[in-house]
Amino acid sequence: MPPSSPAEELTVLRPSRGWLDLNLREVWRYRELVYFLTWRDIKVRYKQTFLGAAWAIIQPFFTMVVFTLFFGRLAKVPSDNVPYPIFSYAALLPWQLFSKALSQAGRSLVSSRSIITKVYFPRLIIPLATLFGGLVDFFIAFVVLLGMMAYYHVALLPRIWTLLPFLLLALATALGVGLWLSALNVLYRDVGYTLPFLTQFWMFITPIAYSSTLVPPKWRLVYALNPMAGVVDGFRWALLGTPTGPGPSLWVSTAVAVLVLISGLYFFRRMERQFADRV
Amino acid sequence: MFALRVHDLGKRYTLGAQINAYDTLRDVLAARLSLRHKPPAAANGDDAMHIWALRHVSFDVPQGSVLGIIGKNGAGKSTLLKILSRVTEPTEGYAEIRGRVGSLLEVGTGFHPELTGRENIYLNGAILGMRREEIDRKFDEIVDFAEIGRFLDTPVKRYSSGMYVRLAFAVAAHLEPEILVVDEVLAVGDAAFQRKCLGRMSDVAQGGRTVLFVSHNMSAILNLTREAIVLDKGRIAFRGPTPEAVDHYLSATMTRSGERVWQPEEVPAAAVPFRPLALRVKDARGRVTDAVRSVDPVAIEVEYALDAPIQGLRVGIYLLSTRGEYVFTSFDTDEQETFRRWETRPAGRYVSRCTIPADLLNAGRYLVSVNASVYNVKRYFQEDNAAAFTVDATGAPGSHWAEPRPGLVRPRLDWEIEHEA
Repeated sequence: MPPSSPAEELTVLRPSRGWLDLNLREVWRYRELVYFLTWRDIKVRYKQTFLGAAWAIIQPFFTMVVFTLFFGRLAKVPSDNVPYPIFSYAALLPWQLFSKALSQAGRSLVSSRSIITKVYFPRLIIPLATLFGGLVDFFIAFVVLLGMMAYYHVALLPRIWTLLPFLLLALATALGVGLWLSALNVLYRDVGYTLPFLTQFWMFITPIAYSSTLVPPKWRLVYALNPMAGVVDGFRWALLGTPTGPGPSLWVSTAVAVLVLISGLYFFRRMERQFADRV
Repeated sequence: MFALRVHDLGKRYTLGAQINAYDTLRDVLAARLSLRHKPPAAANGDDAMHIWALRHVSFDVPQGSVLGIIGKNGAGKSTLLKILSRVTEPTEGYAEIRGRVGSLLEVGTGFHPELTGRENIYLNGAILGMRREEIDRKFDEIVDFAEIGRFLDTPVKRYSSGMYVRLAFAVAAHLEPEILVVDEVLAVGDAAFQRKCLGRMSDVAQGGRTVLFVSHNMSAILNLTREAIVLDKGRIAFRGPTPEAVDHYLSATMTRSGERVWQPEEVPAAAVPFRPLALRVKDARGRVTDAVRSVDPVAIEVEYALDAPIQGLRVGIYLLSTRGEYVFTSFDTDEQETFRRWETRPAGRYVSRCTIPADLLNAGRYLVSVNASVYNVKRYFQEDNAAAFTVDATGAPGSHWAEPRPGLVRPRLDWEIEHEA
């Protein structure tokens, strides 16, 4: 039921064929539902846990500690002249956002089966809400980053505002991939089994434990086909001033992210009509 | 003006997708690679892989009217409601809808057990399509309706099932769409709350909104709707005034006769040592029949065997109208003296017979349910609507006026007319 549609609006329900328009206006009408589902996810996530919202910090923080010990201290991975802890933590922030969105969005439709088979609303809202839910964890973990920067005497750079576009790039990538996976997961539950492997694999091709400056120059553009590489490079450049600033690589990353997002939206929309029958 | 117009609507399900909850990629690849011939389609369009849950369904509903939808399980009622509430798409045909549709296919959709009553009101309201401001406005009303009072800030997982259902229905009942689609949601909660819900539903209808109402509860359908559709095997079998639709539905589904004979394999294991043999409706001359006259007595007998003695057994019948209203309940040991005489029934074969006196039942069709139990201890056997019979009112009091007489009974009463000149 479109909450703000005029009372006398005529809706025609008929079998849809082929590729549909994205119907984003309908999603906008349901924006309050996005808010409520996001709010539910956040509210429920840490209920009946002992540490509560601290979990949002614990995960990236301890990953950072392990990385610092093994990659920073033992393997002596170069970190662009930035203290290794903060070097890896700055990358783990967008990475955690991305990987959580991936795994949660991927499963979101299937776990919302009871709603999908009973009530109508644009289904896009479900993966969208899980994405926004992850954003809250991101901001909590970001506060810790600011603390670490103070501790290591890393000054804030004027270019810190560029974090926003890099964050958007991360969200676009996460949503795009999440849409593909969530729709596929309704049809083929294989996706559920692929997710942990996919996230792990993706982590290795993203410069989190290491710096993208280690990649040979002639491979840089290929490497940038992974939009998360662009995001992580951007985060380090904006926060820590590493020499991984915007260049041709970033445009490649952005183009791929946009492509994944748009194709994801269309694919999701095309599959949407089968969700209630197949989920 | 119509609120809803459905034209040649059809929905086909792929059996594989329905039965195996999901495919794996391998199954699909295997099916694509093997060049199997598809089985030929049957005359009705069904084949081994597909089934039409709904087909060639057309009707329209004028604005402000209440339409009942009845049919057996699997007749296509839920599929129809799912299409109209946009949960799923039709395979063919179309539906035109004027205004917002609110659907109540289930109470408590999206309720989260960890959240409190207050939080769930907002969440569930939003899922059902209410705006926040709308929920704010109706919040107190919802809480009042649900009667949850001081449990408002308790997680709903600690609610009793009754409270849970009341809260869920309260939220849904405060939706105010132009078209309300309601599935069997009233089958929940206690009798008092059900009455309250029915009241709320008829308020909605009187408020000028259009309601589609699906239920197995014939008296609810009769109370709330004037017109109804009977669905059978995915098609419209009947459309007309509700009482006629209900009769159509019941006569089509209940082809019970005046006699029910149990085969040994039909008797559930739980009945042991009680073994039902037959239930018979007999006319004044002792013949098994399913048509009797109101002016004649009717005998109903239960034949059964006990393979072991039972203490305190009572065997009896429920008489119901086809609309599901009880006419009476009666047991063979209702008389204290008889009960004492048959305190323990030894093993053996029995017939328990009663007579419904002449001039009691009104014209109509009646259903007989049978029950054998020990009060407060055990129900050995029960079968609902085991037999049926029709009462003809020819010669009954007042039958010289060819008018239907409302009421389940049509007793011959001693009227006196006093006259003062």
